[in-house]
Amino acid sequence: MDRIDVVIVGAGLAGLSCAWVLSGHGLQVIVVERGDFAGSKNVTGGRLYLKPINAMGSEMLDGAPFERKVVRERWSLLGSANSVSIDHTSDRFRNEDHSYTVLRARLDRWLSERLMARGVFVIPKYRVDDLLWENGAVAGIRAGAEEIPAHVVVAADGVLSFMGRKAGLLPPLSPKAYAVGMKEVLELPEEKINDRFNVGDGEGVAHLFLGDVTKGVFGGGFLYTNRDTLSLGVVAGIGAMMGRVPALDASTLLEMFKERYELRRLLDGAKTVEYSAHVIPEAGYDGIGKLCGNGILLAGDAAGLALNMGVTVRGMEFAIASGMTAAEAIVEAKASGDYSEKGLTRYGERLRESFVLKDLEASRRVPGYLDNDSFFSYYPETFPGLVEKMMWFDENPKGSPGKTLWKELRSSGMLSVKRLIELYRIRNI
Amino acid sequence: MKIDEKLALDAFKTDRESHILINHDICRSRCTTRHCLTICPGHLYTFNEEKNEIVVEHAGCLECGTCMIACTEGAITWSYPKGDFGVQYRYG
Repeated sequence: MDRIDVVIVGAGLAGLSCAWVLSGHGLQVIVVERGDFAGSKNVTGGRLYLKPINAMGSEMLDGAPFERKVVRERWSLLGSANSVSIDHTSDRFRNEDHSYTVLRARLDRWLSERLMARGVFVIPKYRVDDLLWENGAVAGIRAGAEEIPAHVVVAADGVLSFMGRKAGLLPPLSPKAYAVGMKEVLELPEEKINDRFNVGDGEGVAHLFLGDVTKGVFGGGFLYTNRDTLSLGVVAGIGAMMGRVPALDASTLLEMFKERYELRRLLDGAKTVEYSAHVIPEAGYDGIGKLCGNGILLAGDAAGLALNMGVTVRGMEFAIASGMTAAEAIVEAKASGDYSEKGLTRYGERLRESFVLKDLEASRRVPGYLDNDSFFSYYPETFPGLVEKMMWFDENPKGSPGKTLWKELRSSGMLSVKRLIELYRIRNI
Repeated sequence: MKIDEKLALDAFKTDRESHILINHDICRSRCTTRHCLTICPGHLYTFNEEKNEIVVEHAGCLECGTCMIACTEGAITWSYPKGDFGVQYRYG
């Protein structure tokens, strides 16, 4: 059987980054993509952190169609009738290339065209149905009656990774380990975005929301500014939604979010141009699959490389780094002629040495800590309530500020043993 | 904005053959929760009282896979639409 070196399933950031490095080393590589073009099935919140992948990815991303450089970080706790927000900006965020908002149909398409200009085949409209096997090793892919035999298959087929599951590298999909994100892209003129979000040309905002946006369920809201569009969405844990009584209709969450006073003026006149949904891995380090088998590697979301730390969400830079690292391991495997699981294990080792698994492991306890309705109902109700009471003046005499604060802290339960233990446990996460 | 108005904004290329199959026997005999009716971001699942079965409108599927994950009884067989079909995001 005539084999090419590598076939990559999925022209997302993991697959394309893998192809970039492989083609740089002169390996034969084909990328297959089920969408009409690379990016046409992909969704992000979202923002891409560039710093972690600067050393490996800056050449590949040179000239990439990023939307805006994030110079403001905002977080809001939404109570049912009030909210409190933090707005951070700094010279450092403004002066350095730290993170950018992106739209995947643009970014992935641009990257695939860049690869094709380098001679890499990126085949669109191509759904892979199965893996080819030979002597207990993956030996290529099958799509309908067509087969592409290859020494190595890279499953970069996204969060659901049917290929990773067929290879037996991933556990069955469990509701607790995933969230669903629902997003609208809304058109708004560039200058209006600058004015409303208090940023300059090319500068943008990443705004995350916790609390009433998911009606107490694990998850949150997000708002990212793109060049002349906004990405607005809600993420909710699938297991948490299933456990909620009474049941909540997921498709209504975003609409309720848009009605919030905090958003109404920001969105005024903005026209929705697209609605999308995507599943997100939420189990963190403990949700990572087996990274390779005989003749196969997993990269990006397919491997479960995503991290939700409550105040920020990461995935795309893990996808890029893991795709590139997989490629390096394949180059070594080719040199030694060993494409078995053993021959590919350098992939996992390299990832372990890099920020990818280091960052994921460091935040290993975050998903467990966030699996707690304190963050989705108690704090988002209590903090804004506290501020509201402190700032409200009427005909009734008010005690001294200190006394008022103390009284409110006590009556809100913030000083209860439960909350203090929660605070104390922070050092463990 | 209603959910069908949102879906109408997206570009879909619809296969006549559905990529979502429902095993109604499992729904009737084992499912007591019907999470599919509320968990789908496109609100594509409905219950047909007359036929006593779950109906899914595959044409508006956003291809997230949430229904398959939430159907822990395993009544939903879900695959990606064939190449050249399904939703095509222009922004993503």
